[in-house]
Amino acid sequence: MIERFRRGAKRNSQAGRSALVLAGLLAMALPLSAGSASASGPPSNPTSRHEYAAYVLAAGGTLPATNEFTLDSHAAAAIPAFARKYNMSCSACHTAWPELNSFGQRFKDRGYQLGNDRDSPIWVNPSYIPFAIRTTPGWRLERTTNQLVDDIPGDPSSGTVERTITQSGFDISGADLLMLGTLYKNVTFGFVPTIADGEGVGIEAAFVRFDNLFQSSWANLKVGKFEMDNMLSEKRGMMLSSNGAFYQSYHFVPAGDGTSFGLGDNQIGAEWLGHSDNSYSRFSLAVLGATDGTPGLPEGKSYDGMMTASQAFDAGSLGLQRIGLFGYLGHRPTVFETSNGDPVPGTGTGNKSFSRIGATGDFFLGKFEMLPFVMHASDDKDLAGGTQNATWNSGLLELHYYVSPQLVFTQRSELIRMSKQADPMTPKDLGNINAFTFGYRWYPIMFSRAGLAMVGELSFTKTIGTVPLSGDGVGTDPLTPGTPVRSTSVLLAFDFDF
Amino acid sequence: MRHHALRACAASIGLLGILTIAAHGQQSVAHIGSVTGHAAAGAHEYRRYCVGCHGQAGDGAGENAMWVDPKPRDFTAAVFKCRSTATGTLPTDDDLYHSVSRGFVTTNMPSWEPLTRQARADLVAYIKTFSSRWSEGAGAVIAIPPETPVTMESILRGRDVFQRVECWKCHGPAGHGDGPSASTLTDSKDNPIRPYNFSSGSRFKCGESNQDIYRIFMTGLDGTPMPSFADILQPNEAWDLVHFLRTLQPISTPEATMWQAWLPSHASELKPLGQDEGGR
Repeated sequence: MIERFRRGAKRNSQAGRSALVLAGLLAMALPLSAGSASASGPPSNPTSRHEYAAYVLAAGGTLPATNEFTLDSHAAAAIPAFARKYNMSCSACHTAWPELNSFGQRFKDRGYQLGNDRDSPIWVNPSYIPFAIRTTPGWRLERTTNQLVDDIPGDPSSGTVERTITQSGFDISGADLLMLGTLYKNVTFGFVPTIADGEGVGIEAAFVRFDNLFQSSWANLKVGKFEMDNMLSEKRGMMLSSNGAFYQSYHFVPAGDGTSFGLGDNQIGAEWLGHSDNSYSRFSLAVLGATDGTPGLPEGKSYDGMMTASQAFDAGSLGLQRIGLFGYLGHRPTVFETSNGDPVPGTGTGNKSFSRIGATGDFFLGKFEMLPFVMHASDDKDLAGGTQNATWNSGLLELHYYVSPQLVFTQRSELIRMSKQADPMTPKDLGNINAFTFGYRWYPIMFSRAGLAMVGELSFTKTIGTVPLSGDGVGTDPLTPGTPVRSTSVLLAFDFDF
Repeated sequence: MRHHALRACAASIGLLGILTIAAHGQQSVAHIGSVTGHAAAGAHEYRRYCVGCHGQAGDGAGENAMWVDPKPRDFTAAVFKCRSTATGTLPTDDDLYHSVSRGFVTTNMPSWEPLTRQARADLVAYIKTFSSRWSEGAGAVIAIPPETPVTMESILRGRDVFQRVECWKCHGPAGHGDGPSASTLTDSKDNPIRPYNFSSGSRFKCGESNQDIYRIFMTGLDGTPMPSFADILQPNEAWDLVHFLRTLQPISTPEATMWQAWLPSHASELKPLGQDEGGR
């Protein structure tokens, strides 16, 4: 699941990340309440990033959301191991890889089985191994406005000013090793380690799945770490640039909010998936650990839950139209046992909730595909670091035009609007996001053995008063609250899958 | 000079022919119930889903063909296994549509049921552009009389038919696809082909109902060694054979249940199959 391009290595260690969350929660429990800290505002002229981070921790228990987000890698991907196994072109399962079409969706729903004798682990071509690799070398430019830098370079005491940071050059994304297949009839495995330079190896996915339990397509159980059944799959997104590679809606949390959660992040837990024979009707119910997919036991004793349901309709020559609903309810602890004053992991209680509910569509007009998405989100005031629950709404529309199976133009427009800040004193528009991406993917090589896509992408993001989720530039919020920060990504790359 | 004129004339005629075929191809339609498939739309679907095996020219020589066994269908030959029409004739649009939708379980051809009905109908229309033979139209659909009752007598008569018409020579006495002729079989393109193994439990290539099995006897699988028995078997005999063949499959059917209850106490009454004087 290929990592998007991003600025440097910002993957936190699990321990560091846990400590961050715990410290933030502890800070909220201290007399220096989150609300009062927020109300005091950021240091007017912080002398270092450490000071700024200390402020943020006290205010909401978290660094800017970007650090949480960049823990996670991206995009499941097309898996040419299956193309080799079944002797089928990428376009059979993908509208344009990595996005699945209806045939590929059913193949996935059936536990990576087509339903013929080629499914058997022993029925394989001599050249077949259940292994594929994907990575993306290319050239990119990142430009971010209103980034905090020393007024005099090299002199931290010179004060801080805002400047625009522009970086460009050749780069490579992380690499995904995609290993998926059947262990036995109706028993599927998935194991996807990711490699990123400077960040070591992570486990993007690792699961076992039992398919067609009780000989019913409505009974499939998956256990491990996996992508939730998001109809709008971020792991199979068409866009790869720093700003365009992820859905802002999936990772946004309000300024000062300590909730460690991303709807697009792979989670650890168990999922019950059901589907009709042609996968036109689908649902999933998942019970997930409250770690946002980070291996290890959670800080608290609660579980998260996710449900999805979707229904496709055959609209004749227009194509297949699908609508879906989803809901996520999570909890995070706010009170901990302590040892020498330090919170003890795993003892968290006083769970507070957060929720995400929304609807997604996948509509075709011949070669034209539209993917609308709307979501309402809410974080408990104790998680959001304020005196009232934080709520916000988001929506996006992604457009794909398939000139042919080997050429697709893409565009996405996305908006996030805060409807209620946890701290009533916080400007209502703090954190609001406008994001736009334009791109194309051309597949000069698309065989049943491998694929190569040439990618071009231009992405813009404007965030009010906070650092963009992409984390480009210095990766800090602007000095003046309410200042819009504009971030631009340009990507020209070769996305290959073997 | 005369040669040049002749060449020019031949080239013109050839070009005209190509254009005519192309025009005919683009006009090809398929009628699936209330849905009308169009070849022009099917060309896009074919490129996306089918070209890897069946090839750009529909000749079964796609990039994957060398890895695929059985080989992909050569649409330019216009010979199809699964039909509701008599042997030697073209299938109906519905036959092709059902083949695309159902897939062939013992081959690389998957079920394309997730595609919209329109997309599948378009594919059928496009498949019909690869051979000029389609101008003769589909054959007449054979009649399938009502199924006779499933009885032990019917099953035993079917066992006799299995022996008499020598099904066992290819499919083997126990239906394992290991008859004495099995290793010598080839299809119409001289590729080795295996007879169906009833003990595999998989569904039949052209369907899974008793009617589908009956249809296979009576239409044959064109392009394979499986002939039509329409001239040899009476309808009631064909139904008897259907009932017996169900007992060879390791799946739960009324025939299998009846057979398994009867067999332990009557096994000694049966002559072994697979010999010239076998059967009851």
